[in-house]
Amino acid sequence: MTAPLVVFFVLAALAILGALSLIWQKHPIHSALSLIVVMVALAGLYLLMGAEFVAAVQIIVYSGAIMVLFVLVIMLLNAGVEEHTSISKLAGVPGLLLVIALAGFIAATIARSSETVQAVMQTGAISSTKGISNMVFRDFVYPFELTSFLILVAIMGALVLAQREKN
Amino acid sequence: MVPTNYYVILSAILFGLGVFAFVFKRNIITIFMSIELMLNAVNLAFVAFSRALGKLDGQVFVLFVIVVAAAEAAVGLGIIILIARNRQSLNVERVDLLKL
Repeated sequence: MTAPLVVFFVLAALAILGALSLIWQKHPIHSALSLIVVMVALAGLYLLMGAEFVAAVQIIVYSGAIMVLFVLVIMLLNAGVEEHTSISKLAGVPGLLLVIALAGFIAATIARSSETVQAVMQTGAISSTKGISNMVFRDFVYPFELTSFLILVAIMGALVLAQREKN
Repeated sequence: MVPTNYYVILSAILFGLGVFAFVFKRNIITIFMSIELMLNAVNLAFVAFSRALGKLDGQVFVLFVIVVAAAEAAVGLGIIILIARNRQSLNVERVDLLKL
């Protein structure tokens, strides 16, 4: 077993345990901290794949900004332990069936397409940060400008939604 | 070198766990977090295929997904604050105005 494979399995186990902990924990703040574990593990996997820019963005934007926003809202609303009724416990059964069906479908697709995926040769390390900046500011410049418009709309929407109504 | 299949399978597992959390959890903030988990799983598949194909398009798409997730989190948490203010609860079963 080579060193990258060991790192992969450690990080994958961390990510899956974090996701399970998100489901298992009763308090939303514990779920949020579990999700941060998943995101940091995924950032490690991105580094393993040589996508260092995506890894940095994952840490800064996802586990930095977005999860801080989540934790802030949880504390702002003073969210308590979630309550389960008998009907909502029943919802776990179709949920589990749905997940099993989905996992089966994805596994079948991967099994069918694995030859084609493996057939493509690994082209080795590509300088990802420089390449990404070239693509974002040249090939994808129109979608990139559109995202700034999207963020503007989101800011205005969040402000309108969260402001107190004047009487 | 880790095979691409391993990454895709891990991505599928994380996505499945996200779907299960989305259906099973009752707290609206946790449901929102499970959506983020699913987005992260898809990002992992994007980067894995980007590496397998030797092209950077997948990583650029991941950046766009992260931007959209940030916008979605801002608007979604605003909606959650409104729900909490109007219903005095974060339980999705209390949000039943459209129910007969």
